[in-house]
Amino acid sequence: MMLNQFLMLAAVLFCVGVYGVLARKNAVLVLMSIELMLNAVNINLIAFGAFRDNVIGQVFSLFVIAIAAAEVGVGLAIVLLIFRNRANIDLDQADLMKG
Amino acid sequence: MVAQNIAFYLLAAAIVGAAVRLVTTKNVVRAALFLAVVLGGTAGIFILLAAEFVAWVQVLVYIGAVVVLLLFGVMLTRAPIGRESELDNDSRWTALIVSVFLLGALVTMLSDAFGNDEIAFGKIQRTAEVSDSIFGVYVIPFEVASVLLLAALVGAVALARRD
Repeated sequence: MMLNQFLMLAAVLFCVGVYGVLARKNAVLVLMSIELMLNAVNINLIAFGAFRDNVIGQVFSLFVIAIAAAEVGVGLAIVLLIFRNRANIDLDQADLMKG
Repeated sequence: MVAQNIAFYLLAAAIVGAAVRLVTTKNVVRAALFLAVVLGGTAGIFILLAAEFVAWVQVLVYIGAVVVLLLFGVMLTRAPIGRESELDNDSRWTALIVSVFLLGALVTMLSDAFGNDEIAFGKIQRTAEVSDSIFGVYVIPFEVASVLLLAALVGAVALARRD
């Protein structure tokens, strides 16, 4: 198999994730789009690991998975806090720090 | 190689289709289920790349924990379960332009840089080598990751508890 087909799949997945982060205003959907982008990174790491014939890509993707789990936990806690304070999770209205 | 290519294109079509539906659907719960499809397809891609351990970690951690956590988030924020038109903001077309340009740049760069490289699958990468690497060379990042998980746990509890 070509290396490029995995890289292209990861690129498409990453760009779909970028679109989701930019276009969604529900905070939970933004977190889901971030997961898409992290998955694209994992595909890249594992594809390069298979290409270079070593396991470091797999090790790094395990770290990425651990950090994504931590990110989603803290992110959902923040979303819950926003919901508790403002009764919605509309990111367009969360502009308290806007200059 | 032909069977692997067929499996790859089937999985890739499922992943891309589910991802596009994830960012366009009007239903938050359905978006979480599309996310599960994307993550499961990615686990299949990992198996195609001979990384079984990461594939099963992906299934356990992502589909088992992260999707359930996101569904809890949907539940606790009382997002409307049915269809809703208020999920997208006004800059949808700008976002589309940005992501299409990013995709064009990435595809041009990747086909220029790795156009003819083929994955040889020379030696078999066993899970034992992954664990040797984690607990050998990368043991300090591993410990830092566990401290990070503890900090994230404490931080999430401290943020979300009501008092």
